[in-house]
Amino acid sequence: MMWGPVWLSLRVAASATALALVVGTVLAWLLARREFLGKHALETITYMPLVLPPTVVGFLLLAVVGRNGLLGMLVDTGLTFTFGGAVLASTVVALPLMVQTARAAMTEVNPELEQAAAVMGASGWQVLWLVTLPLARRGIATGAVLSYARALGEFGATLMVAGNIPGRTQTVPLAIYTAVQTNDMMRANMLVLVMTVIAFAIVWVTQTVNGNDDE
Amino acid sequence: MSRPQTLTVSAAASLTDAFTEITEAFEAANPGVTVELNLAASGVLAQQIRQGAPADVFASASAVVMDGLEAEGFLADGTRQDIAANRIVLVTPLDGPPVTGLQDLPDLPRVAIGDPALVPAGMYAQESLQAAGLWDPLEAQLLYGETVRQVLAWVEAGEVPAGIVFVTDAHTSQRVRVVAELPPESHQPIRYPIAVLGKSDAPDLAASFVAFVTGPEGQALLASEGFSPPVEDVP
Repeated sequence: MMWGPVWLSLRVAASATALALVVGTVLAWLLARREFLGKHALETITYMPLVLPPTVVGFLLLAVVGRNGLLGMLVDTGLTFTFGGAVLASTVVALPLMVQTARAAMTEVNPELEQAAAVMGASGWQVLWLVTLPLARRGIATGAVLSYARALGEFGATLMVAGNIPGRTQTVPLAIYTAVQTNDMMRANMLVLVMTVIAFAIVWVTQTVNGNDDE
Repeated sequence: MSRPQTLTVSAAASLTDAFTEITEAFEAANPGVTVELNLAASGVLAQQIRQGAPADVFASASAVVMDGLEAEGFLADGTRQDIAANRIVLVTPLDGPPVTGLQDLPDLPRVAIGDPALVPAGMYAQESLQAAGLWDPLEAQLLYGETVRQVLAWVEAGEVPAGIVFVTDAHTSQRVRVVAELPPESHQPIRYPIAVLGKSDAPDLAASFVAFVTGPEGQALLASEGFSPPVEDVP
């Protein structure tokens, strides 16, 4: 009973991190290296989930992907009350952390290195793959770890979009909520303990890896 | 009912224990049927339903929330009914002060209730205190909890000497003492309505689930968690 939510949380957070890594890196690159119409608006929208209460983010997502939502009316997204919905909610709340860290790292990359590569005949993609991303890898990795940690703890948006269905969408934070509701403090405490150990391990590993990198 | 079917039931968080048991009993009585329970605050569940979340049945801890969905046309016609009622009680910590009823409350430094603007248990508590003429003298001593669980937790921890919660909340705790029931006629009837949703893909199965909850087995399971039979409407 207890490991179900834990395993589900790890899977949701991993999927959300993978998505945030791809989408977030692309957004970070656009914001760090490109000028285009509406850039400021895109940047602002990207950071909104950091500012808005997660329940509001969940409500907005529901208003888009729900069956009566803007997108949901056109196609059946199949996201409400599903694993996919939990991943979507976690991805959106984790995205600002990914974008912000990756963008900062890319901005740090010396543009002369990129220009040099271009002068030597590298295509735009080659510059990105062989110069920008490798040099910004530390920040991108940190962004991914932060995204994973944020996704693991996601509650408000997940509750709204994916529901709180044991065995299907009940991640650890939701299981803790339900355990507290039913006054099952033993279960709540066990889940909190597991969550704390996992979070500690993630941060520990990250610091160790980063520390070794410095030497 | 031979092929596998899944029913999604959105139930108020305060119904968690009762509905977990009811769901298991319903599945046992209907082989091949899987019931997925979605548990959250009634207001959250209603928002999910408004945005088209695929729920078949909604069990609410608030008649007002159900009224809203009904007015907006989200319920299947003629399926709404009350499944239970509740009582509000005065609780104290096990080693708390010798409180025996509402009349002792003005002597206490603090009394916890749910925020009447947000928490149904707090709203009923306010009505009862007003009816007893205690609202004005007590107001400065009242501490508002954001949920009824918070009120219970404060009393359990001995942080406040008395609080007002649902009897079903008190039922889940071994660390509080129920010292008095607030007179049911002093507050609005406490209703837990249920209904089949208009967009349900399995309206027949949903209706049989509702019938199961209002039937003898469902009612017995609700009673075992401290709920009372639904309030009869005065004709």
